[in-house]
Amino acid sequence: MNRSIAYLQFELVRTVRNRRVLVFSLAFPIILYFLIAAPNKNEASLGGTGISAPLYFMIGLASFGTMNAMLSSGGRIAAERTAGWNRQLRITPLTTREYFRAKVTTSYMLALLSLFALYAAGIILGVDLAIGNWLSMTGLIIVGLIPFAAMGILIGHLVTADSVGPAIGGTTALFAFLGGSWFPITGGGFFEHLAKDLPSYWVVQASRSGLGEPHPWGTQGWTVVALWSIVTIALASRAYKRDTKRV
Amino acid sequence: METATTTDREIRLTGLTKSFRTPRGPVHAVQGIDISIDRGQTVALLGPNGAGKSTTIDMLLGLLPPDSGSTTIFGRTPADAVAAGAVGAMLQTGAVIRDVTVRELIAMMASLYPHALPVDEVIGLVGIDDIADRRTEKLSGGQTQRVRFAVALVCDPELLVLDEPTVAMDVEGRRAFWSTMREFASRGKTVLFATHYLEEADDYADRAVLMAAGHVVADGPPTEIKARVGVRVIRATLPGISTEELGELPGVTNAERHGEGVLLRCADSDVAIRALLSTYPVARDLEIRGADLEDAFIELTSVTA
Repeated sequence: MNRSIAYLQFELVRTVRNRRVLVFSLAFPIILYFLIAAPNKNEASLGGTGISAPLYFMIGLASFGTMNAMLSSGGRIAAERTAGWNRQLRITPLTTREYFRAKVTTSYMLALLSLFALYAAGIILGVDLAIGNWLSMTGLIIVGLIPFAAMGILIGHLVTADSVGPAIGGTTALFAFLGGSWFPITGGGFFEHLAKDLPSYWVVQASRSGLGEPHPWGTQGWTVVALWSIVTIALASRAYKRDTKRV
Repeated sequence: METATTTDREIRLTGLTKSFRTPRGPVHAVQGIDISIDRGQTVALLGPNGAGKSTTIDMLLGLLPPDSGSTTIFGRTPADAVAAGAVGAMLQTGAVIRDVTVRELIAMMASLYPHALPVDEVIGLVGIDDIADRRTEKLSGGQTQRVRFAVALVCDPELLVLDEPTVAMDVEGRRAFWSTMREFASRGKTVLFATHYLEEADDYADRAVLMAAGHVVADGPPTEIKARVGVRVIRATLPGISTEELGELPGVTNAERHGEGVLLRCADSDVAIRALLSTYPVARDLEIRGADLEDAFIELTSVTA
């Protein structure tokens, strides 16, 4: 137990000292939030969604920041692999389970930091929700991020430290764009169908929970998030096993 | 059957083999080796690049499963020995993770082990007090190696494994490194180090195990190994004679051609030089020198084969 905590602390120190990660997970979404949401502060139903602009963009940009935070483990893993440090860790008593638990916990802590910072920014722009709705919204976002926790580990085992930055940035941008982080995807066309098959869409849809909707995801949302979770976890564990078999 | 007490005192590699699939066909990196090391011994694993040293070390540490054969470290499997904190290693890939100080890195590694040495003791032992508060990404190659050495020592291991530890070090760094290693070994520790420098084996090991092409080709005290590999090399300018013909000269084990020059590796250079001059009187620019380790390996492996 002690060694798990020691390793987690160490991971947190490394993460907080990585300026790039902090910029993309925290500073960037908050600045964009004020730039995009402030001019539309009084828009009560953004794009006919029934969600106010400050609330929609709060969760939209939080989805961007938290996805970045979840994938940041990929950067740390790729750096460790490039340096051969993962092999050094494998000859310590630290177990594989403890290793990944620390990686995922660090990502989630960074993601929650990003999320709470955007909540604070949202409150400044007039987002006012019941306490229970804040909590259920946060819960859905945490669940919706599970596939991104696995994707971080997957990316970390597939690319080298040199290319992990663009890999993480590109993955986040793609999921954010197609999932509706920047603007609502409506109209029933191809892009809306595509969006509904992505976990990022459902992270953004958690904002409906903030409005007090009891089942904002419905069966489709839970199914999509569950399938993405299963597939990404399977791929990540395969990538890890393959990586440990080579010289 | 061995008694438990015998195996507890030993490290045993039994019948280890390992092959890798590559795009150019399978590579048989380790082809059945047996080594046992007594507790407290310092053993050099010698061999040229590609001899299978690193693969052997990876199997000893449990980083790589062998295709066949087994490993025990003082009666335990590698995984159990690692989990108990009995093994410290400096692996070949030469970097450390960034964004942390040297002291933070060593302290974190120490916290992973059940009975680690105090962080300051390790820093003092390896002589890195001056860089302890520096970020790891600002270290030179030699400094990084010393930090990696500290990381290997911090668990106070019973078995210390060093895979070509002095590669990025200057002469002074090497000397300091080996004196620390000796001090540590004198605490009753078992040390296995891989190197391709015969002198390092000669100066710092009780025993040398020579590997070539996945086999153990010699095993004994370093002085004995040195005598066995006491081959010599003859160089001469001699155009127009095939290496096959030259290889058949008495005393010659192997011949190579480089343009007009030839290079003859000899088990007995006295016999070989007489034969060379009587058979091919046109040979000129003759030169005889002691073989380096590469030559010695070729000599030894061609004898074995």
